[in-house]
Amino acid sequence: MNNVQNKKRANKSLPFFFKDEFKVSFIIIFISTILLITTFTFDIVPPILNRGIQPATFPKGLLILIIGLTLIIYYLSIKKPWKVEKKLPKTFFLTLLSFLIFVIVSKTLDFFLAISLLSVFVSYYWGERRILYLILVSVIFPIIVFIFFETILGLRFPPGIITNIYYN
Amino acid sequence: MDNLLLMLAPLFSSKLMLVLFFGTLFGLILGVLPGLGPTTGGALILPFTMTLDPLSAIVLLTSIYCAGTYGGAITAILINTPGTPAAAATCLDGYPLAQKGEAGRALGMATVSSTVGGIFSVIILVFFAPLLAKLAYEFGQPEYFALAIFGLTMLASIGDGSPIKNLIAGAFGILISTIGKDFMTSIDRFTYGINELSEGIGFIPVVVGLFAISEMLTQSTLLNQVFKRVALKAVKLPSLNDYKLTWKTILRSSGIGSFIGVLPAEGGTVASLIGYSEAKRFSKKPEDFGKGSIEGIAGAEAANNAATGGAMVPTLALGIPGSATTAVILTGLIIHGVRPGPDLFREQPEFLYGIFGAMLIANVLFFIFGFFGAKIFARITLVPNKILWPMIFAVSVCGTYSLSQSIIDVWIMLLFGVIGFFMRRYGFSVVPVIIGLILGELVEGTLRQSLVIFDGNWLMFLARPIALTFFILSLIALAFPLLRSKKRKKIL
Repeated sequence: MNNVQNKKRANKSLPFFFKDEFKVSFIIIFISTILLITTFTFDIVPPILNRGIQPATFPKGLLILIIGLTLIIYYLSIKKPWKVEKKLPKTFFLTLLSFLIFVIVSKTLDFFLAISLLSVFVSYYWGERRILYLILVSVIFPIIVFIFFETILGLRFPPGIITNIYYN
Repeated sequence: MDNLLLMLAPLFSSKLMLVLFFGTLFGLILGVLPGLGPTTGGALILPFTMTLDPLSAIVLLTSIYCAGTYGGAITAILINTPGTPAAAATCLDGYPLAQKGEAGRALGMATVSSTVGGIFSVIILVFFAPLLAKLAYEFGQPEYFALAIFGLTMLASIGDGSPIKNLIAGAFGILISTIGKDFMTSIDRFTYGINELSEGIGFIPVVVGLFAISEMLTQSTLLNQVFKRVALKAVKLPSLNDYKLTWKTILRSSGIGSFIGVLPAEGGTVASLIGYSEAKRFSKKPEDFGKGSIEGIAGAEAANNAATGGAMVPTLALGIPGSATTAVILTGLIIHGVRPGPDLFREQPEFLYGIFGAMLIANVLFFIFGFFGAKIFARITLVPNKILWPMIFAVSVCGTYSLSQSIIDVWIMLLFGVIGFFMRRYGFSVVPVIIGLILGELVEGTLRQSLVIFDGNWLMFLARPIALTFFILSLIALAFPLLRSKKRKKIL
């Protein structure tokens, strides 16, 4: 209980730019501003072809709305700070890393291999140590999915070192 | 009479009955597994529906919706974790009753009240959807614009989340719909020279990313959770005394659930909370609530299943999703080339009444499956996440890839998975993003066409009575969460 109170107090004493409410609001406003600037680069339609409003007007309005609403939630969070979120565990970052590995492997080596690698990686780091189960999630199940999509749905997977063997 | 025959058509089609059987079974499994549920499950199954004809595809999705909503109760009662968000209120009394050794009685009541609520709502759907569709004949572009705005402002009152955060999420969803070539002038927007983005961002990668992948990331943070399952011998049908005690509650909650479901963007979660609190308010023994009250289970379960039929009313009659899962069903309709709205009622009654009939049958099927198979379904909750989620990932990736055979779609799915995770972490619901994405084209298209009609005069919107009514309702929808929180503070 004391630890929780200390943690809450510690968060209160944090500089404003370390608080979640500031970080979240800042990221939303930052990205929205970049997108808003992008809307000024959209082509302008000559009046004769224009349908009601310019193509940039609607997204501009939306982005201004998002920025305005974000400023309101930030203002409200000063009065009523957000609940302090627990630190993200290692397994979250490893799962995120596995997504990155998936993207790289699927692009460079093989789509099917990328699924297998991610499955075994995630399953292992989430606590599975039994070899049979690891084989089940990383080899047997992806093969079933592959065959299902390939034969029943008629899907052709992108070329890669393993899929090429199958297709050849 | 003709319509009744059309409703019974699925019974005479072996293909549709097979689809219904598998849809109900799959829906139950999804509902039982915490973190999955009919919305994520529907999103996962969407690519597979491309191999089916439109009616079979929508029948599959609706049966998943009905059964999945009920399935959440099994987990809520046996392991005190709602299988679906709509079953959260069921935990309050279902688990305490199960702990008293009456898990079978609790599940029996949940099964019966869910079935009654579901069937009641289908009857509402059959009568109300055509009426609403008839009304929609009067709608022009300005009215549709005002209606879409009303649907979006209803997002403010979704669940317990912050209304402003919900609105930001809704606006974000609409913004995503503007990516790609402008559908009126073919001018590129937010494409940054990437050809694949010219076509816009598809529904499937966003839906699968926001629901399945973000849930996978959430599960990666909850690995230390240990679920304790209460032992279950068999599901028991409620006794005569239980029926006497709950029949009014079941009917009241069925009405509440159907009404809440009809409101755009609201769904089973809101319905079950209101159904539960009303059951408590009218109960002769309100002090038993939270300690294993059979009325509490009936109130919550009848309401959340009644919301399924209710939510289909605006989805089919107007093309405005009534809940998160109907947003997925609406996506299914769109990718199968079916445009919901009044014309659908006039041109394809056999399609619509086929769906109504299928929903009715799905409610009967999940009663049978639930009654005889709850014990087996309860075992599914024991499948460890470390096995389950890598498998769901494989299906998500292949399903997303299969639609346009584009690896970019898979990356978009992963990106939205990460966005969805952080949105949920900081209190932004992901449901408004999907609804915004679906309504985006309607909002922008009708706004621009209305402005052409009005010669650029925005004030002309107020000269249209139906549009004005929707704008007033929108203001009320925006003010409602504020009033609700004030009332809550007063109660506390």
